[in-house]
Amino acid sequence: MGVINFEDLFEAKLAKNDMIEPKDWMPENYRKHLIRQISQHAHSEIVGMLPEGNWITRAPSLRAKLVLLAKVQDEGGHGLYLYTAAESLGISRDEMLEALLTGKAKYSSIFNYPTLTWADVGAVGWLVDGAAIMNQVMLQRTSYGPYARAMVRICKEESFHQRQGYELMTHLAFGTPAQKEMAQDALNRWWYPTLMMFGPPDSESPNSENAIKWRIKRETNDQLRQRFVNQTMPQIEYLGLTVPDKNLKWNEAKKGYDFSEPDWVEFKNVIKGNGICNKERLLSRNKSHKEGEWVRAAAMAYAKKQNENYEAA
Amino acid sequence: MSKDSQGPLWEVFVQKKAGQPFVHCGNLHAFDKEMALQNARDLYTRRGEGMSLWVVPSTAIVASSPEDMGSFFEPSNDKIYRHPTFYQIPDGVGHM
Ligand SMILES: [Fe+2]
Ligand SMILES: [Fe+2]
Repeated sequence: MGVINFEDLFEAKLAKNDMIEPKDWMPENYRKHLIRQISQHAHSEIVGMLPEGNWITRAPSLRAKLVLLAKVQDEGGHGLYLYTAAESLGISRDEMLEALLTGKAKYSSIFNYPTLTWADVGAVGWLVDGAAIMNQVMLQRTSYGPYARAMVRICKEESFHQRQGYELMTHLAFGTPAQKEMAQDALNRWWYPTLMMFGPPDSESPNSENAIKWRIKRETNDQLRQRFVNQTMPQIEYLGLTVPDKNLKWNEAKKGYDFSEPDWVEFKNVIKGNGICNKERLLSRNKSHKEGEWVRAAAMAYAKKQNENYEAA
Repeated sequence: MSKDSQGPLWEVFVQKKAGQPFVHCGNLHAFDKEMALQNARDLYTRRGEGMSLWVVPSTAIVASSPEDMGSFFEPSNDKIYRHPTFYQIPDGVGHM
């Protein structure tokens, strides 16, 4: 038997569509890429609780409140699944939280936009969760085992998120003229930020090439964005609403829609921290972390005491 | 553990229905076993995914390592007589 080349073994696993597991050898850049991607994904779930959390106390009915609470709770769970998936790569939870709270870490730009009306809760569930699902369905087959398994669980939970959002939009779109206008206004504001969620165009996406090579991603940003537009247009037409894009039209040759790119300068600015809500989101996270400090301290002290009693017994 | 932390890591196993095996479903942070069990319920069984839970400190798990996989499982590879198909049973004696 010759010397085992770990890199060859790793490549062979990828070629066979086998999953890479935490204890397997992996290239350092693969590990780094995953830590960045999974922790950003986790932060997005956690920060993503804030725009919708904004409406829990003002939900217009008890049913709506229960639904929104359940959805926001799910997002918290998604964050936790993802944090532990990242931890399996050798970064600690505390390091990740520190990066989020100090503003060092990135999260999805979408959550730096405000939820101004009740219709925004519908638009977020329908469009933002819809876009997230498109990405997450692909990630169920990502090459890193713990990430893929977290995605399978998350995707099961996500379908209710999108459906409740669309249901809310149907109520408004088929309601009074004022409600319909509110729905249209929400769609106008969320359309381009949602398209940005798939990331920069393939021609300018610095991390895409490795992500595809390592089978972390299986489709490119532009492919997913196109699929999202194709899937969403009939849903918009059903509601009798319009997209804020004069260039959007069906292209028979490519069996898909042509549409305008979002404003990538705005995208870069939001990522850099200059979006409408960046500061507010970071302040909220820091506030609740600080307010929970005594709870963690008490829980730790209690656990320590229990262990001492156990050892003494 | 640093002075402000999320507590140690626990592994979570769920039993879907009575009589079925407990299957690993993920992990979480908690400070003690009671909190680990409650967090596991909130995190992994919000939709009737199970009716019984185990939580185990991650440090208590002993795992084989992938590099040794070949030699570790090798002893069983040549023992084909451990499988029922190794044996010839005459036709006409019914299902066995
Ligand atoms: Fe989510
Ligand atoms: Fe969601």
